[in-house]
Amino acid sequence: MTNTDWPLWEVFVRSRRGLSHTHAGSLHAPDAEFALRNARDLYTRRGEGVSIWVVPSAAITASSPDEKDPFFEPAADKPYRHPTFYEIPEGVQHL
Amino acid sequence: MATAAHRAARTHTDGRAGEAALETAYKMAFDAAVAADERIEPRDWMPDAYHATLVRQIAQHAHSEIIGMQPEANWITRAPSLRRKAILMAKVQDEAGHGLYLYSAAETLGTSREELLDKLHSGRQKYSSIFNYPTLTWADVGAIGWLVDGAAITNQVPLCRCSYGPYARAMVRICKEESFHQRQGYELLLALSRGTPEQHDMAQDAVNRWWWPSLMMFGPPDDESRHSAQSMAWKIKRHSNDELRQRFVDICVPQAESLGLTLPDPELRWNEERGHHDFGPIDWDEFQQVLKGNGPCNEQRINQRRRAHEEGAWVREAAAAYAAKHSEEAGAERV
Repeated sequence: MTNTDWPLWEVFVRSRRGLSHTHAGSLHAPDAEFALRNARDLYTRRGEGVSIWVVPSAAITASSPDEKDPFFEPAADKPYRHPTFYEIPEGVQHL
Repeated sequence: MATAAHRAARTHTDGRAGEAALETAYKMAFDAAVAADERIEPRDWMPDAYHATLVRQIAQHAHSEIIGMQPEANWITRAPSLRRKAILMAKVQDEAGHGLYLYSAAETLGTSREELLDKLHSGRQKYSSIFNYPTLTWADVGAIGWLVDGAAITNQVPLCRCSYGPYARAMVRICKEESFHQRQGYELLLALSRGTPEQHDMAQDAVNRWWWPSLMMFGPPDDESRHSAQSMAWKIKRHSNDELRQRFVDICVPQAESLGLTLPDPELRWNEERGHHDFGPIDWDEFQQVLKGNGPCNEQRINQRRRAHEEGAWVREAAAAYAAKHSEEAGAERV
């Protein structure tokens, strides 16, 4: 039995309270508990985190990079979703 | 490398013409991303040679980190104080961490961890030649931190902007941590240099032995470096070997003066015209010999690595067995 029998986990670290968990990297571990401990040793040796999530890499569904354009296209032609789209007379405040 | 989408597209397009057109379109997208200084990510299409270069370089880099644990770990039990011992253990643990960041980056290219270790153990992938030199005295720990890690930082800082995203991200993390490595080495050498005459001599001797191998870490001169031009075109590499070597020499000269130590090169002097230090010729025969496996410690390093892997097998097996047992129990409870 070797390392390859250990599945890959993605590690997310919350650097401090008030911030969301951010992807830090990945590691191999036999189970979730070990993944957490390995993640602590690997990604928070200098107090980089107050909370860690580990997720089996196989459980992640990703959008395909090749579909990039059509997949995200609906957002591209809707500039009216941005506040800068609107012209407001000079001098109008709190808007 | 063909991505999954690429393969799928192949089966949907009719004949070779469609495939060739698709390949051209992918290549154009890749070239445009590199030219625009965007990052290439794991599932993007990339040329086979780019893929192969990255696997080779990242694997070699990862191997260097974990082999690099050995020369320094050699001194943990003999560190002269608890403070120095704690520092050295933290540093060696960092090297293991750096290896793991890099193995993860290599794995995003579709190679497995096992395959990478296998290639290291069988000598099919290399690690940095520098670690084939022995650590003869305590001062070597300082010289490694100052010079070897210093050279590594000079090499690695530009890699934080490497075109391959996972490699660049691993390098950002590593560079942050390397700074501690270099400073603890410098401080260690400074303590020795200002200590007894024997301690000063010990520091000088270590610098004398590590200086030239550190300059070799930047690789062969530009006109003899096989991969350099292509790697620079792909923005894997941002500066040439000679350029980085020169930068390192210029940084080290004043640092050596502050240490009260000399660098073992009679030809080393400031060149007003160039605005850089000139330095003597590097013994590339020695470099080639160490690369071929004839360095002082090549055999020792790889044997130790293999032994550590074999002797750690029971831990990996026990952890896997424990995980299997617990997932069975969890399954039984659910029923």
